[in-house]
Parts: sequence; C-alpha cells; structure tokens
Amino acid sequence: MKWSELFTSSIGKKWVMALTGLFLIIFLIVHAGINACIWANDGGVMFNKAAHFMGSTVVIRIAEIGLFLGIFLHIIQGLMLEFQNRSKRKKGYEVPMGNKGSKWYSRSMGLLGTILLLFFILHWWHFWVPARFIGHEELTEIEINGVHMHNMYNLMQYTFQELWVVIAYVIACISLCWHLIHGFQSAFRTVGVSNSKYMALIQNVGIGYSIIISLAFAMMPVSMYLGWV
Amino acid sequence: MLDSKIPAGKLEEKWVDYKGHCKLVNPANKRKLEIIIVGTGLAGASAAAALGELGYKVKAFCFQDSPRRAHSIAAQGGINAAKNYQNDGDSVFRLFYDTVKGGDYRAREANVHRLAEVSVNIIDQCVAQGVPFAREYGGLLNNRSFGGTQVKRTFYAAGQTGQQLLIGAYQALERQVALGNVTMYSRHEMLDVVMVEGKARGIIARNLVNGELERHFGHAVLLCTGGYGNVFYLSTNAMGSNVTAAWKAHKKGATFANPCFTQIHPTCIPVSGDHQSKLTLMSESLRNDGRIWVPKQKGDKRKANDIPEEERDYYLERRYPAFGNLVPRDVASRAAKERCDAGYGVGTTGQAVYLDFKFNLINKYGKTEAGKLGIENPDIETLMRLGKEVVKEEYGNLFDMYEKITGENPYEVPMRIYPAVHYTMGGLWVDYELMTNVKGLYCLGEANFSDHGANRLGASALMQGLADGYFVIPYTIGNYLADEIATKPIPTSHEAFEQTEKAVADRINTLMNIKGKQTVESFHKRLGKIMWEKCGMARNAQGLQEAITEIQNLKKEFWSDVRIPGSIGEMNPELDKAGRVADFIELGELMCKDALNRNESCGGHFREESQTAEGEAERKDDEFAYVAAWEYAGESNWNLHKEELKFEVAKPTQRSYK
Amino acid sequence: MEHYNMNLTLKVWRQKNASDSGKFETYPVKNISSEMSFLEMIDVLNEELISEGKDPIAFDHDCREGICGACSMYINGRPHGPWHANTTCQLHMRAYKDGDTVVIEPWRANSFPVIKDLVVDRSAFDRIIQAGGYISVNTGNAVDANAIAINKDNADAAFAAAACIGCGACVAACKNSSALLFVSAKVSHLALLPQGNPERKTRAMNMVAQMDKEGFGSCTNTGACEAVCPKEISIENIARLNREYMMAGASADK
Repeated sequence: MKWSELFTSSIGKKWVMALTGLFLIIFLIVHAGINACIWANDGGVMFNKAAHFMGSTVVIRIAEIGLFLGIFLHIIQGLMLEFQNRSKRKKGYEVPMGNKGSKWYSRSMGLLGTILLLFFILHWWHFWVPARFIGHEELTEIEINGVHMHNMYNLMQYTFQELWVVIAYVIACISLCWHLIHGFQSAFRTVGVSNSKYMALIQNVGIGYSIIISLAFAMMPVSMYLGWV
Repeated sequence: MLDSKIPAGKLEEKWVDYKGHCKLVNPANKRKLEIIIVGTGLAGASAAAALGELGYKVKAFCFQDSPRRAHSIAAQGGINAAKNYQNDGDSVFRLFYDTVKGGDYRAREANVHRLAEVSVNIIDQCVAQGVPFAREYGGLLNNRSFGGTQVKRTFYAAGQTGQQLLIGAYQALERQVALGNVTMYSRHEMLDVVMVEGKARGIIARNLVNGELERHFGHAVLLCTGGYGNVFYLSTNAMGSNVTAAWKAHKKGATFANPCFTQIHPTCIPVSGDHQSKLTLMSESLRNDGRIWVPKQKGDKRKANDIPEEERDYYLERRYPAFGNLVPRDVASRAAKERCDAGYGVGTTGQAVYLDFKFNLINKYGKTEAGKLGIENPDIETLMRLGKEVVKEEYGNLFDMYEKITGENPYEVPMRIYPAVHYTMGGLWVDYELMTNVKGLYCLGEANFSDHGANRLGASALMQGLADGYFVIPYTIGNYLADEIATKPIPTSHEAFEQTEKAVADRINTLMNIKGKQTVESFHKRLGKIMWEKCGMARNAQGLQEAITEIQNLKKEFWSDVRIPGSIGEMNPELDKAGRVADFIELGELMCKDALNRNESCGGHFREESQTAEGEAERKDDEFAYVAAWEYAGESNWNLHKEELKFEVAKPTQRSYK
Repeated sequence: MEHYNMNLTLKVWRQKNASDSGKFETYPVKNISSEMSFLEMIDVLNEELISEGKDPIAFDHDCREGICGACSMYINGRPHGPWHANTTCQLHMRAYKDGDTVVIEPWRANSFPVIKDLVVDRSAFDRIIQAGGYISVNTGNAVDANAIAINKDNADAAFAAAACIGCGACVAACKNSSALLFVSAKVSHLALLPQGNPERKTRAMNMVAQMDKEGFGSCTNTGACEAVCPKEISIENIARLNREYMMAGASADK
C-alpha cells in the first residue's frame, strides 16, 4: 500500500477519520477537564492557572499544531467523504429508508460535523484568536502567585453574558453529543475492534462519554449566564 | 451405437488404470484448445475451474446474472464421501454398494465405483478452498447420517451445504477468470449446438440482456445444465432451471437416457394453492431427527398436538423397522402418498403428513444436554429448551424458512410435509468418459444419466457434480482433445454456424409471431398437471397413453395460441420462458414414452402394474436391466437403444429396508 | 394460519432499458391470498399485464427459497421488504393487509445500473471476487481434509460470514452505496480459516481496491447493511476487514 492510499482508498479514509477522531476525543477530555476548573468557585484562579499552563508550555504548544492538523484533516476528509458518498447514488429512492436499519445521527455525521465546524469558527473567534493574537479588552492581565497571565475567566464571563451566544453553544454541544455517540464506537470499529464483548463495552462507554462531555461543555456557558459561578 | 467405453479389468482398478493410460495433451497445446462449458453449477463451475487451471481456454455460460446463483446453491443437507472419519465401517466399496443399491440397480457399476473413489478427494479439495464444513469441538470434521445408509458419511455446512460448495467452486472459477483462463458469459442462454463434420464445435447463445444471438466456437462442448424437474411445473428446482440445452443436444443426435427416472423428494412443504410457483424442500437430514406420522383415524381433523401418542401411526417405523424414518427417498415418498390416498392425510388439503421433532428434541438432544449440564430430573420445558438450542444449530435456517412460508413454528407444531419433484436421474446418455454419443459433446452432473440409476440417495448429487467437474472430466477430455490439437479454431463465419444460428432465429421469430391468447405460464401449468397426475409418483399404462395424447395436443395448442409480449431485441423473460416451455412439452412426451416402455417398478419409477402383494415396488431385472437411451427421430418419434447393465460386483437383490 | 384475501395498490418502477429514464406505474391487484409469496403476487400481476397486451414487470429471481441471491426488490423503503433476515422471494403476503399501497423500486447505486424495470447489473460483485475472493489451490493439490484442525469458533464464524448470498441488499440499504459488508464477509470467511492465511494480505488490499474502482461508496458504520442482510451478516466483519486491510497495508513492502 502506498502512503497516499491512506487518503484515497475507502478504508484508508476511514482510518484517517477514526484516528483523528480518537485524537479529538482525547483532546476533548483535556479541554473539558481544564474548563471544569471554573466550577472551583475560586473566582477563576484555578482555571486561569490551568489555561496559562496550557498556553505557556512548549510541549503543549507543539501538540497544538498536531491538534489543528487533526481537526483540519478530520474536517476536510469528512466533508470530502460526505460529498463523494452522496455522489454514489445518482438516482435516489422514492421511499427513503429512514430509520429502518440505522440511526438518524449515524446518517447525519456530515450535517452534525458542519454545525460543529461553524461553531468552531465562533468559538475560536471568542477565545483562541483574542488569547493568541489580537487580544480583547475583557482579556485583562492578572498576577497569580507572582506569575502574569491572561484572565481567561473574565473573558468567558463577558462572552457568556449574551443569550444568543449561550444558545449557540448549547446547540453546538447537542450536535457534539450526537456526533460523538456515533463517532466514538465507529472509530473503534474502524480501527478493527470486531470482538462483540469489547464492542458492547465500547458502545456503552461511548454513550456515557458523549453525554458527560457534552453536558459538561454545555453547562459552562449556562453556568456563567445564570451566574452560578 | 452406444459404446459405454468401460475399461476392462477389476472394478476397483478401472479408474486407476484408465488414468494411467488415457492420452494427455501437453501444456503448450492446451492453450490452443478451446472448451465451451454451459452452466455454472457444481459440475460446470468445478469443470471450468479445473480445466482453466490445466491451461485450456474456457468459455463458461450461465443464464443467471452471476455464476454463483446456479441452483446447486439450494442443496441443503450435505455431501457424501467415503472418508470413514467416524470409524463406523464406511469404505469406498460401501459407498459404491449403497449407491448402486439405492439406485435400484439401474446405474453403471464402473461409473458409480469411480464416483465413490473420488468422493474422498472432493472433501479434501473443498476444505482447501475454504468451504466451512461443520466441525467438532476438537476442530475436525463432523458427519451426519442420511436416508438410505447405515453409516455417517455426510459432510455438511448447517442446512446450506450446496451454497458453501458452490461458492467454493465459484471462487475457483472467478480465480480462473481473473487469470484470463476462463471467459465468463452470464445472462446468456445456449440455444443450440453447432455440429461440424459430425463433431460438436460450438454453440449458439442468446444474450438475455439485448436478445442478440452469438456464435461461440469450442473444440469441445460441455453441458452442465442440471435437471429437468421443472417439466412438472411445480418442483424444488429454481424458476429458471430448464432442459433446453440438453434438449437441443438431444435433437442434434445425443440420446436421452432414462428420461422417466424422476426423484420425488419426501420432505417438501405442501402445496397451499393455485398461485404456487415452486415448492420448497426441507432437507432430508431432518428425517434423522423428526418422526413421520399420520393419525390412525381416517380424516382426523384435530390439531396435531391434540392427537395422543397412541392414536398416531408412525407408518415408516411400522413398515420398515430396520431403516425406519431413514428409508430411501422413493420409499418414503410412496409411503406418504399411500397414506394420503387412503384418506389419512393431514392439513387443509389432506395432502400432507407430519414430520415431528418433539420426541427427539426432548429425548435425544434435551436429555443429552441436560446430562452435560448436570441437571437432574429436568422437566419437559427445560428439555425442550435445551433440545431446541441444538436443533437450531443443526437446521436453524430450515426451521426459519418453514416458518416464513407457512407461518407456523415447527419447534412447537409438527411440520406438514409432502413429496415433491426434486431431482431427475435421467439425462443425456454418456459413456465412461462423460461424452454423449455425439463426438466432442460432454454432459456432466445432474444433466447426464449416469450415476444414480433409478433413484438417487441423499447427499449424492453434490458429490456427483463435483466429481465430474473436478476429478473426472480433466482426465477424460484430454483423451479426446489429444487428437484435436491439429484442429484450428473454426471461424464462426463457417456455414455450420450460419445455418444453426438461422434455425435458432427462425424458431424465435415463429414463437413471437404466434401472437395468441394464452400465456406461457398457463401452458407450463397445464403440462405440469398432466405430468404430475399421470407420470408422477405412480404410473400406469393407461394414464401414460392418455398423457402422451394430451401432451401432443398441448403442443399443438402452444404453437398456435401462445402469447409472448415484448420484442426479440430486448430483455424479454417471457420469450426466454417460452423457448424453455416448448422444450419441456417435447420432453414430457418422451418421459411418458419411456415410463410406458419400462413396465417394471424401480427406484423413483413406480408402475402400478408391477408391485408385490404388499404394495412394494417390483423390479424386473430379466427384462429391464438396461439403460433406455432414446434417439430423436423427428416429431413425436424416437428410436430406443438399450445399453445392457452388467452387475459383476453388486449383485441385484430386491431392495429391502424392512 | 388464518388466511385472508386482500386488494393492494402497487407502485412499480418501470424502465424499458438501461438508457431509458424510467418512471413509476401504478397497478391495482385484487384477491391476493395471504399465503402467496410476494413474487407470486407479482406473477399474478404479470399474467394480467400479458393478457392485457402490456409488458410484464421484469425482475431477477431464481431459486425462490432465499439462497441464490437473485431477487432484489426495494419494497416500501427497505431492501427485501419489511421482514427481518429475509429475501424478497421469502416475503409472504401475510405481511400486508387489505388496502395497503406497496412501492417497489430496484436497488439504487451507480455501481448497480438498472438493466430493465427492477433488474440491475450486479456484476461488480463478481469482479470484486475476481480480485482475490478465493484461495489459490489448484484441483488435486489438497491435503487430507482433517490434516488441519480448525478451532470450532473460527470455523463457525467463517461459516457465518460465508453465508452471504451476494444479493446486494447491503449496497441498496447503505446511504453511501458501500459494498463493504459484502467485501468484508468474503475477507472474513477466508481470513478466519488457516487455508486462507497465505493470501490474507493481498486479498484484503486487492478486494478493497476493486470495490473502490467499481464506484461503491465508503463505509461510515451506520449499520443499515447489517439490519437488512437476509443472512444476518454482522458488521463485525467490517471491523475485521478494516483491521486486515490496515495490517496488510502497513506491513506491505511498497
């Protein structure tokens, strides 16, 4: 097999989707873990320290490049797959199969993914771009234990005062949940888990993971908007 | 006229001796020789694969959309082989003997012995190809028993043995296609044999997608086109199974042997109404575990489960204590017919008997499993549940199929079964080399007459198909082709091709231009009714004579009033069917003539005039120990040629399964 | 079983040949017995059409006992109709009640072009098998059948995969028109047996390459194929093929 076949053969493409997907699944745990620090009820101290650590450590900054590569590969490959697969049945059915045999979210990964992509643009514009490049008037400098850092907590609180932003984030988290429920188990199937004992476990863990992660993310803007933190 | 070319010498040495002395074709010459194979069932696919492997240029034809769909795929129960893996006394000789005896001494000893010899190679070959036969926990092959024998020699893959064997052969065939040795023509139907200077040199085939006629040359032509059971309209054959290829060969001079020998299989799902298009077999292997019965009381309308044990007549166990439910097919079928005709039949039509699994579910499997699990004094429900699990693994797909068709659950209520046309032992006459009396024209598998005599034992059809294709034809065809290496491929512009194609085209045009009122299907149904009633499980001279007249009239009506829609130059399934039914009508007449001529009862052929006082079949060896090979001699006219059958090793005795 | 008669409305895809654009035609059918098979119901309709001088509906069918894989109708939005683990020919009219409307379409996929009405060309499957769906063993080469013991679980799993009848319902059901269930069933069948081991890697790679070449889509694990498969081929086989393919690809020399 040539290297290029990873991106041209049907199973090669699946593997790229699965590996990048699994990578993103791990990233989401880290991301959710750090963000969960907002609930420490310490005015954002723990959260800001964690965010600063992520932003200032060389290894993590390098990993970030990998992360973006992963995300873009996942997006581009995913969109290409969606369009290519749609072109394989030029004449469609009069009576669609619908849910007779598969779940709507399994069939809608392209749509769910696209919603997530739009959300990412918004999300990056809210946090990543200000923190890394252009700054923001609410992104003040603070000093904790003698270390200067961005007050990301403040930016979050500011951002989530807008109701439409909170709604957009919650919608994105719902999409994320469905995307993950299919994606989690699908990724394991793609990398070759064919044992039904493990597959049953993976499916249950996948559903649990998807719900917990999505719920955690969704509760962040909600908590801030409602003034719980 | 008929030279069976049986090699001299002792029976068990004939095949070895033949292989040692037959002519060979060297590899360079094989590449120059072209072979046409019609049909891609077990015989055709295995022959195409084996000959392709040898280096011949093979062209294979099938009317289905893929060679994998040939009807061998539907065989359920298994394939026999004299492996004696069970240490129960099996041997090549016993398989040979059982087959000759099971065939009621109307098969050729030398052919049958060769079949038994190569049976062991078939299993080896299939396992090497990846055929997933059933296995024991130790990883070795499992066997089951089958009707007509007292040893366990049947290899199987659940209830789908035919499928697995055909897929094996199909894969071997596709491998040769990939290697360029075989060219595959699917959705093509052979419509005539092309004869050049007295030898078969090609075929005319019709492309069923666009209706075009095509000419194909071959140094030899192999017909592997299966049986003609569909002459009865209702049978366990596939809808497309037909006699056309064999019939065209017959009209070109190949004699048709023992056409009346039809196997009526005892365990099929009964007919439910006029709409019925085909009958479904329930594997004979079910008789291992099911007991056949009817109520002791005539016209008993109670539900099966309401009839108490002492009011059930296990008639096979009663009449044939030694073999019980495992008597050969012909015996079991006639016994069912006898009970139903006498008014003991069950179901709405009264044309069915019960096949009941409860006894063995509980006593055979349930108790064994309970013993394994250490359950003491298990109740009936537990035994049923445990038994069901075992039976599910053995025949689950058959039980599911039964339930889909009838809407009844056979684990709970007994299956209703009735005999149905299943296999035709008759076919084109072939010699020991599988060549018909037309030079260069071979016939393999169910399409020929050679190995099963008047009745085929269960699990022997798959064996014969693969034996012919994998292990016989690769040797015997060389013996003919060795003399053909100088023959250059004949261009298909040759006048013989021209004329044959014109005759085929004329016939199609005639059919299309009848523009009558009755559908092809309606003629087929009427033919089937005549055949089933007068040339079916029991036959008599009067009925057969009537049938011949009726068929002749039907033929006239067909050729003056059939309606075929559509046109020639397109996909037209009605036209395809019309050609086949026209041939079935002619065959039907010959079958009745043959049945009339054979005034004895043997195997599947039961003449009411020839029975013992107890109603058992009576064979007449002094008069009828011959193969009846019919030569076509013009419309409704045949000449009979007899090939005497000599039994030097398996001395004929009256078959007894009591 | 209680039986009953029914009247139905059929909406059937009619297409004269591959180049015709095709359209739906509506046919009423009367007095259909619940004991008939679905194809026998079509037979009845066809007999009527012929008597009326119309062209009967062309459809693939042969064994009519659920094993040859020829029949291929997409009935009311599901390949092979409403029953689980079933082929069109084994679907019986008990599944319907008086007054129902039944829409019948051919398999739809670019790789399965319509030949006429409900008949499609599935020769792509044969070509995928040609690419490696076999064990290269010439006739006569085999060792004794019991020379290699095979773990029963593997033998059973190989059998379960080999039960595929090549009908193409998996492709018809898949939103991506992927043939991966078909390909994976064959790769699994042979990979699970020791006899299939020598060609294991090339088989997986070549069959997938051929599948792609034939224009089937890429699998996204929706599971629709498994749900409609008449022989209940499991999508575990797809996972196995994914693994086989990557192991083969990763260890290949070039």
